Amino acid sequence: MTSELIVFLVLSLVAVSSALGMAFSRNAIYSALFLVLNFVTVAVFYLMLGAPFIAMSQITVYAGAIMVLFLFVIMLLGAESMAPSPQALPWQRPLAFILAVTLAVESIYLVFARARLNTVITTPDIAANSMESLREMAMTLFNQFLLPFEITSILLLVAMVGVIVLANRQKAGHRS
Amino acid sequence: MHLSETVVGGFSFLAPWLVFAPLTGLLLNLVFGRRWSEKLIGTVASLASGAAFVVSVLLAYSVSINHGEVLRWRLAEWIHIGTLNLDWTFRIDSLSTTMMLVVSGVGTLIHIYAIGYMHEDVRFKHDEGRYARFFIFLNLFIMAMMVLVSGDSYLMLFVGWEGVGLCSFLLIGFWHEMDTLGRPSWANSDAGNKAFIVNRIGDFGFLIAVFLIFWNFNSLQFDEVFAGARSLSVINSPLTVAITLFLLLGVAGKSAQIPLYIWLPDAMAGPTPVSALIHAATMVTAGVYLVARSAPIYTTAPAAQYLVAMTGAVTALFAATIAVGQYDIKKVLAYSTISQLGFMVAAVGMGAYTAGMFHLITHAFFKALLFLSAGSVILGLERGHHYGEAHVHHGDKGRKKKKEVAHTQPVEVFDPGDMRNMGGLRKTMPVTFWLYIIGTLALAGIFPFAGFWSKDEILLDASLHFTGVYWLLSIAAFFTAFYMGRQIWLVFFGEPRHVAAVHAEESPKVMTLPLVVLALLSVAGGALNLPFEGFHDLGHWLAYTLGESESLPLDLTIAGVSTALALTAILISWLVYGRNPLKAGQVDPLKQPLGFVFTGMENKWFVDEGYFAVIIDPFRRLSQFVADVIDWRFWHDFVHDTVILGTYNWLSEVALDRYTDQRGIDAFANWLGTAAQWLSEKMRKLQNGFVRSYALAVMLGAVLILGYLIFK
Amino acid sequence: MIPVDYYIVLSAILFTIGALGVLIRRNPLIIFMSIELMLNAANLAFVAFGRYYEITGQQSFYTGQIFVFFVIAVAAAEVAVGLALIVEIFKTKKNINIDEMNSLKG
Repeated sequence: MTSELIVFLVLSLVAVSSALGMAFSRNAIYSALFLVLNFVTVAVFYLMLGAPFIAMSQITVYAGAIMVLFLFVIMLLGAESMAPSPQALPWQRPLAFILAVTLAVESIYLVFARARLNTVITTPDIAANSMESLREMAMTLFNQFLLPFEITSILLLVAMVGVIVLANRQKAGHRS
Repeated sequence: MHLSETVVGGFSFLAPWLVFAPLTGLLLNLVFGRRWSEKLIGTVASLASGAAFVVSVLLAYSVSINHGEVLRWRLAEWIHIGTLNLDWTFRIDSLSTTMMLVVSGVGTLIHIYAIGYMHEDVRFKHDEGRYARFFIFLNLFIMAMMVLVSGDSYLMLFVGWEGVGLCSFLLIGFWHEMDTLGRPSWANSDAGNKAFIVNRIGDFGFLIAVFLIFWNFNSLQFDEVFAGARSLSVINSPLTVAITLFLLLGVAGKSAQIPLYIWLPDAMAGPTPVSALIHAATMVTAGVYLVARSAPIYTTAPAAQYLVAMTGAVTALFAATIAVGQYDIKKVLAYSTISQLGFMVAAVGMGAYTAGMFHLITHAFFKALLFLSAGSVILGLERGHHYGEAHVHHGDKGRKKKKEVAHTQPVEVFDPGDMRNMGGLRKTMPVTFWLYIIGTLALAGIFPFAGFWSKDEILLDASLHFTGVYWLLSIAAFFTAFYMGRQIWLVFFGEPRHVAAVHAEESPKVMTLPLVVLALLSVAGGALNLPFEGFHDLGHWLAYTLGESESLPLDLTIAGVSTALALTAILISWLVYGRNPLKAGQVDPLKQPLGFVFTGMENKWFVDEGYFAVIIDPFRRLSQFVADVIDWRFWHDFVHDTVILGTYNWLSEVALDRYTDQRGIDAFANWLGTAAQWLSEKMRKLQNGFVRSYALAVMLGAVLILGYLIFK
Repeated sequence: MIPVDYYIVLSAILFTIGALGVLIRRNPLIIFMSIELMLNAANLAFVAFGRYYEITGQQSFYTGQIFVFFVIAVAAAEVAVGLALIVEIFKTKKNINIDEMNSLKG
């Protein structure tokens, strides 16, 4: 058992725990904070897999920007916890658990029994070639994936316009 | 050298114009015939035919400067299937050019004659619009005949063969809605049908022969077939005999030989120029040409040759006896034609191809002359009849004749072709009279007319090889002279037996001039093949194609006997008909002494009635039986109405409608509708609006897919 | 020295938890967060496979990472629009209980 594996297992534990915490917290604020923890853990995994750029994006975009937005909205709406209401779908919850367990078991079975990837991943020396790796990725992104990249920018623009329209309509509704 | 290659020489490039020249005339008249005057139509048609004659002359010249080598001009690819390789190739050799010259030469003269003849004919029949149609058909005939004689293969010959058959049919039924006397009837139409149907039997034989030829020799091209026939070298091999016999059936159909001659007398329903051109001079000789053309095959089958010769000889005698008892001027000539065709067929059957072709040529001259003169006589009588009628009936116009006839007794109808209505025409129609005399002498075989030389050559050949044929032909020649003598006395001598004969008028120059040319040819035609040392021109000419045949010198015994027979016959005819001219209404003086024999001759030996009794009536009864009992009662009433319709009704009403459709398909369709309704009622509830339950369904899908991946 | 399978299994577990969150929670904000968790799980699998393919030499390492990059970009857009919608719904219904948004039923 190498030190890397130990780190991986510990981090995995943290990730799964924080995920469960997110899913089952009564308070939405807690959920959000658990999710931030989860995102940070995953970012460490990215580093271990030799993807420093993605790891940094994860931290800044997800854990930073997006989660702040979530927290902001939760607090804005006062939706930390829902008022208790009768279950509209009483069979939904047990069925969901059964399906989730089944799905997990199936996935694990498929990975270990069928896929048999049999490859061990080593962590590359990030400090030594981080710039090199960044440059390679940039080259790939702006050559091979230039068109998707541009389309992404359009997507972001559209999203922005959509949000502005939604906000605007609200104002208009008030006026009328 | 491949035998069907093109061989070019002299004017052979003109060969397609044999066909295209008449075609041009035909198309011109077809397009402009309605607007052009009669003279122009006739001139165009005659020029088209004349152009074909000029081409024929040039082609004959080309053959002669090439020393008889066969010239071929390939116009187009035709049929290339499997081993059958046929091109549309014109074959120019001495035999085919001879036929071309006869067809186009005599044809052109008849075209010119027809300008005058049809001018009056369409007026007597009250339909001037058909003038152009007549010349279109005539040109079409020349065209088809040229295809027939210039073809380089049996199939191309067959195309022409059928083409002339079609023209014959069209022209026999030219006045298809009336009979020969102009009364409304289907008689002419029936005559055309008869010719066509009887010819079908012959064509069937021809076709079978063509199939056998292809089967046996693997080719239809003449030279290849003949090369095969020569190398076969088995005398009387069954297959060769079969080929020749089936060809003989074709010959019997087209050249009117026993047993298929019966259509030719009825064919006289056509206008007289048609009778002269198609049914005397050219088309009916196609059978003779076919036998001559197929000479190499016939040579290997002496048994078939003998049969051909006997067929010809028996036909010659048989038809000659019938001719004695006929009253219609054209019917006499028709049977005479059958008889003379018998002479030719007998000649080519004996292997005397030169003699046969020689007689073919001379016969074309004098028989065309006779027919056209007869046409002149008939028209003369028509004119006289109209003149007489106009005066006798106090100004009644002749044009009303047709209507009158329809309302009064048909017995009164005047028949301008009936010799009993004639008499004494030598005074009113002197030119026609002398022309007719020349034709008669030529046909009877009187020295030195053309018929004498050609008939004598046939008789000479027969006397050397087939004694039986010789006797038959000699007797036929005797009858020939007799019935021609009878005709002359009845038509031109004595006193007029009808008012029409009194007022008969001579024909115009446009009709008599071609006759004069034909008369000259009938007189001098014998010069083509004089049986003296250093002559035999036609023999040498045809030898290029048919091989050297024996050039017989004149045999004075044979010639003397035949001349004596002919003169005797004419003398007897004078004794019977000339010394005491027939009076109006008097029965034929031969009827008394000959009794039932003459009745037989009068009634064509009841051959048509025999055919009716033996073939047509049983066939009709059989058809009646098949139609009434088999088809109507059994097939229609029982099988269709009872069995099929009944079963179908039961099937559709009970099995299909009630059980299959209503209780099966309908029920199923209704059930489907109900089921869909029920299902949608249930499924509607799934759409409960809760996003989470939709997500659950997606999740379920994911689980199932993974499960499938595990358990597959 | 971690077998690549471990990453994949971890990714699967995180994904399942996210899915479970979507299914059982009634707060649309938490459902949203669960969706983000599912996206993250997928991203982890992408990067792990990218690394795997680089080691086995089948494909460029960066392809997987670029996918993740795009996913992050799309997620950002999605969150922006989604949160705007939730705010809008709240303004209209004064409530964001997901079970009360079932007017689109059949």
